[in-house]
Amino acid sequence: MSDDLVNFEVNGIPLQARKGSMLIAATDAAGIRIPRFCYHEKLSVAANCRMCLVEVERAPKPMPACATPVAEGMKVYTRSPKALAAQKAVMEFLLINHPLDCPVCDQGGECELQDVSMGYGEDLSRYSETKRVVRDKDIGPLIATEMTRCIHCTRCVRFGEEIAGMRELGATGRGERVEIGTFVQRTVVSELSGNVIDLCPVGALTAKPSRFTYRAWELIQHPTVSPHDCVGSNLFLHTYNGQAKRVVPRRNDGVNETWIADRDRFSYAGLQSEDRLTTPMIRERGEWVNTDWETAMTRVIEGLRAQPAAECGALLSPQSSLEEFYLAQQWLRGMGIQSLDHRLRQTDFSDQDQAPLFPYLGSSLEDLEETGGLLLVGGNVRKEQPMLAHRLRKAALKGRPVMAINPRDFGFHFPLTHQRVTDPHGMLTALAGVLQAALAGAGQSVPAALADVLKTVKPDAVDTAMAGVLAQAGARGQVLLGSQAMHHPRFALLRALAGALCDVTGARMGYLPEGGNTAGAWLAGAVPHRGAAGAALQTEGRHVQSLLADGIKACVLLNVEPELDCDNPAQALQALQGAEFVVAMTPFVTETLRRHAHVLLPIATFAETSGTWVNGEGRWQSVPGAATPPGDTRPAWKVLRVLGNMSDLAGFEYLSSEEVRDELKARLAEADVTGFDNRVSLEGRTLAMPPRPAGLQRVSATAMYGVDSLVRRSLPLQQTPEARDRAARLCEAEARGQDLLGVEEVVVRQGKLTARMRLMIDDSVPAGCVWLPGGITETSTLGPAFGPVELHKV
Amino acid sequence: MSTAIRQFFKTFLLWELLLGMKLTGRHFFARKITVQYPDETTPISPRFRGLHALRRYPNGEERCIACKLCEAVCPALAITIESEQRDDGTRRTTRYDIDLFKCIFCGFCEEACPVDSIVETHIMHYHFENRGEQIMTKDKLLAIGDKYETQIAAARAVDAPYR
Repeated sequence: MSDDLVNFEVNGIPLQARKGSMLIAATDAAGIRIPRFCYHEKLSVAANCRMCLVEVERAPKPMPACATPVAEGMKVYTRSPKALAAQKAVMEFLLINHPLDCPVCDQGGECELQDVSMGYGEDLSRYSETKRVVRDKDIGPLIATEMTRCIHCTRCVRFGEEIAGMRELGATGRGERVEIGTFVQRTVVSELSGNVIDLCPVGALTAKPSRFTYRAWELIQHPTVSPHDCVGSNLFLHTYNGQAKRVVPRRNDGVNETWIADRDRFSYAGLQSEDRLTTPMIRERGEWVNTDWETAMTRVIEGLRAQPAAECGALLSPQSSLEEFYLAQQWLRGMGIQSLDHRLRQTDFSDQDQAPLFPYLGSSLEDLEETGGLLLVGGNVRKEQPMLAHRLRKAALKGRPVMAINPRDFGFHFPLTHQRVTDPHGMLTALAGVLQAALAGAGQSVPAALADVLKTVKPDAVDTAMAGVLAQAGARGQVLLGSQAMHHPRFALLRALAGALCDVTGARMGYLPEGGNTAGAWLAGAVPHRGAAGAALQTEGRHVQSLLADGIKACVLLNVEPELDCDNPAQALQALQGAEFVVAMTPFVTETLRRHAHVLLPIATFAETSGTWVNGEGRWQSVPGAATPPGDTRPAWKVLRVLGNMSDLAGFEYLSSEEVRDELKARLAEADVTGFDNRVSLEGRTLAMPPRPAGLQRVSATAMYGVDSLVRRSLPLQQTPEARDRAARLCEAEARGQDLLGVEEVVVRQGKLTARMRLMIDDSVPAGCVWLPGGITETSTLGPAFGPVELHKV
Repeated sequence: MSTAIRQFFKTFLLWELLLGMKLTGRHFFARKITVQYPDETTPISPRFRGLHALRRYPNGEERCIACKLCEAVCPALAITIESEQRDDGTRRTTRYDIDLFKCIFCGFCEEACPVDSIVETHIMHYHFENRGEQIMTKDKLLAIGDKYETQIAAARAVDAPYR
């Protein structure tokens, strides 16, 4: 390694850097400041702003530090008269066409142009001719444009090409007429588009939802973590008077690097929703009345005690914090209620005893980039875990094989080495085919448990190719089960097949669960069959499917909107209808909750509570609360703690959420569990391949901007084309077969349940399937996410 | 000896008294400087820093663009501003309050304003009868600006050469 180092001098200070690295990277590392606009550590070098000009000895002209590789014996001066004159001249040129409207600019106060012109520019303008004006473009509900301010650093353009994987913004025209804009008049739709706001060194691209509502110097910065996906992106929430004003990324190279998804960036807008519940409420003779916490909590405990504990259950949102999960299960189990679950969209629980301690990703996020071969089963990573998709994209662009078996061609922003798009039953046969091929390749016999499953399966060329890649990757291979696999009606079989495939090839197995803290829920024991730290239970509770299908007498909902968060909305609502007592702990109150609940307790959202979120790689991220919760709203962990006290249970004396976390941590250490083993045991099991279902099948995923109650209330996100596109999708051949070509609206029928939806012809959906996303109101009257469905003309 | 003689004559010739009467007489006939306040007032400097006002452009549009520089510079934290995007897309205040109990009339707000919107007028005679009246809201400030615009503009014009 040391052979690659070269020695050079900057301002007389001897430095060392890797051969071929750029001068600016070396000076940044040494803490020598060189002004720049177009250079960004995570983007390619463009060298078009010329701000970083420095004097290099023996070079006739000043050189741009961002595009000058270090060389042995090089002598660089960043503050010599020649360098300063060059920087001053560039600054003057950049300011010629800049409107200098800093007082009305949202970037004012945190603007790189302001800072650099202050530090390196002239104090007077000699320019008195007319300035250039550029028309603004409307590029969607998230990003506000003021293109006259643009200095053409092209960071946004390079971001689109290199990181987002979509060429959405581009530069047109030459010289002074150059303009940044979308190529055609359309909005920017990338799920990472918000990052250009941070990248833009001037105020040309700013955040639209918070436009003109704050100045940079007024905001207070709080660290927090995104609860919307299992990546757990690190965020900074900026508040003004206790109110969340914006979210920006917090750099963590192990998790989200310097980027965040739009969902993480703009979900805060839902905090000030009109639906916000601000006081505890109870139902008195059918009328909702505001009350105080004590009355409401007494009512909760009385209501739950009035029903037999075995007939009570709790549904917990997978976005809740680790402390909330832990206290919820302590309290409920203390009350004798064993049936609690956070797996609201899972339908197949037949092998839940085989589940690992928590659904581990199988490797660290960073290691995904170096995968030897990755097979994704049923996951739309781009929409569900955008920052994880970014890692896979980096892997794919490095030439690492990434493969997928999916119920729809999701259109990833990276090339897939092999892909199979098939109906839900086809996912089973495809994975079985890959296993069959892998077994044949390794010369191993079929495991007894899977003999019946593999009997009828014949691997084809794609299966063999996928098995070949995994076999070649060996221990560096990885099989990831995405949410469409985990919500699949035959999840147990998919898990067994994937487990066997990993055993044969040596690949690691991983999960991509829905929700930001599914890992935390498992660790804290928010599952009916295991206690905290994976402890065995004397009496196991009923899982969510059994609770909702067989009915419950009393139900506790923790931040759950049953018609949008459950796999089968109709069934969930029916179960609540039949319940004698329903208590909803929720930040938002909806018509459904008013109709079915008996007590409403206002709880804080992720932005307003301290807590810990555990991401897919098992990384515990604890954050303090950021924003002030409105009205009488309290953090859920405090509510649960007091409920524990009022139920006369011992051990609810926590003073801070950290104490709760540390108690669970101690229990995990005591249990001495190795949580990072995802292997599936097939011993003593016999699995069978289900018969291929007849007729049209529903395939589904939770809509990107419908994953939780907060995102669903974020107005800017709901105005994006992504959120407004809420159609049933069918491929052309299937539409012809169903005689639905040219039909705009259809009636979707699932058994007795119906919904009216727009119909779109979309060849990314496999034949025999209709794509009906979950988590949106249009499908909230329907049944399960997978299964038979009919389409009829209106 | 001569001092003693001079002293002797001064004692009965009332010389000191005449000197005093001379001064009295000079002032008796001089031009009077007493101002009959409140019927009369002294002249005020164009830079006088009295009650605040928010100005408008001649076309009636308010000048303030909610840049919040006055709020940032105010040493007494007397100014509170809230802003948002107005329907026509411009940056405007929804709230502009000055707490006159906190204000120390330093004039920094006026200096910081990039659009000459917040100004301090020559008004110094005002009182409050009820709690809360000391908060000058945006409406009150704009009304003062509208009423005294001629005076405000004239004062700024006089001071302009020195800026």
